Amino acid sequence: MEDNQIRNEFGNFAEKPVVPKKLYDFKYIGLGLLIFFALVLSPILPNLGKTVAAPDPKLDTPAIQKLAEKERKCVMPTDYMRANHMQMLVDWREAVVRSKGAGGGPVDDRMFVNPEGKKYLASLSNTCMECHSNKSQFCDQCHNYVAVTPNCWGCHLDREQKVTKAETK
Amino acid sequence: MGIDRRDFIKIAGLSTLLGLGGKSALELLRPGQVEAAMEAEPQALKANRWCMVVDMRKLDEQTAKKCREACHKIHNVPDFRNPVDPKLQVSDEEFVRWQVKWIWTDSYDHAFPGETAPHMEEMIEHLQFLLLCNHCDNPPCVRVCPTKATFRREDGIVMMDMHRCIGCRFCMAGCPFGARSFNWRDPRPFIKEENPQYPTREIGVVEKCTFCAERLAKGQMPACVEASQGALSFGDLGDAKSQVRELLRTNFAIRRKPYLGTNPQVYYIV
Repeated sequence: MEDNQIRNEFGNFAEKPVVPKKLYDFKYIGLGLLIFFALVLSPILPNLGKTVAAPDPKLDTPAIQKLAEKERKCVMPTDYMRANHMQMLVDWREAVVRSKGAGGGPVDDRMFVNPEGKKYLASLSNTCMECHSNKSQFCDQCHNYVAVTPNCWGCHLDREQKVTKAETK
Repeated sequence: MGIDRRDFIKIAGLSTLLGLGGKSALELLRPGQVEAAMEAEPQALKANRWCMVVDMRKLDEQTAKKCREACHKIHNVPDFRNPVDPKLQVSDEEFVRWQVKWIWTDSYDHAFPGETAPHMEEMIEHLQFLLLCNHCDNPPCVRVCPTKATFRREDGIVMMDMHRCIGCRFCMAGCPFGARSFNWRDPRPFIKEENPQYPTREIGVVEKCTFCAERLAKGQMPACVEASQGALSFGDLGDAKSQVRELLRTNFAIRRKPYLGTNPQVYYIV
């Protein structure tokens, strides 16, 4: 049997199917493809070749400047904070609001003791924002860069807002 | 290569110690803190069962107002009568619907329904009772909360975790005292003086009095008690020598709707 002979479903020889060598209606297909690629690439093309400035969180708040050079560090090392501050805030939240207290007693754990043994009040509003009072220059820098919108600020007040509000008055 | 018997036993011994002892074994070898830890503030007030006694003989309307203002100010409770931007003024109907109250006043027949008589002492009929969350022993709001956003602490405080509240308002339906308020709209435009040390709430969560848990943790009495000039007493019901027990022992006190079985823990001396 010759190879180029094709059998149909009844076992009889059939004619070899004709494959059209031409793309019909290329006008419309081409137009469709153009629109498709334009849509897909629309967010990419305008930013092509541009570099987005790397986040540059600022540490020059009055509270931080006031600290002595040696004391000028966060509750945990910078690297740890950079990677884990969100988990830490969640842990603080659980301990402060829902904890049964260190001794299993009925008091919430509001003190954070870091490995150096230094104690801090576990509070976003009162400890973190005390030093980092520049939310737009500190928190927002990285959050905007990686496009995350933490919902902390729906309730917790950032001190910066208050300052700018007072200035505009 | 390979290790001799001596080294093997050393390693095996150390591994056993670490395996059995875990973190405490590390402590044994190198004293000092290994990990960060959480602990309670040393000056925190503790109790077996917090409760409040309101002495209505000492509480006049001025004092009640002071208590209310003190509470609402430090907890950033919005006042819809008093918006930051005067353009946001709300109508009376909206005010009633939207108002948020942690502590408020009402008349005897509203506060103690079912315990009124046609002819009562005139003083009682005109008294404005200071009302707040009763921090019930058997809190219906806790039972109905689907996310455990509201829960009963071991010291009896019925606490709210705003981070978990989904705003379903089951607790408001469950609470027979009307102690819970829903944030129908963003409260911030209605807070004249924000207290930066305490968060505000967001649109879509329920809030209520927390017996000032954040102040107790610092060793302070609740804000209303401090502002009440002795009319309000706050203390440990589990401690027979406490001031609240003394007051309850020597005075006749009533509670709001005790027949509902929620076991409220705010007592009123009339």
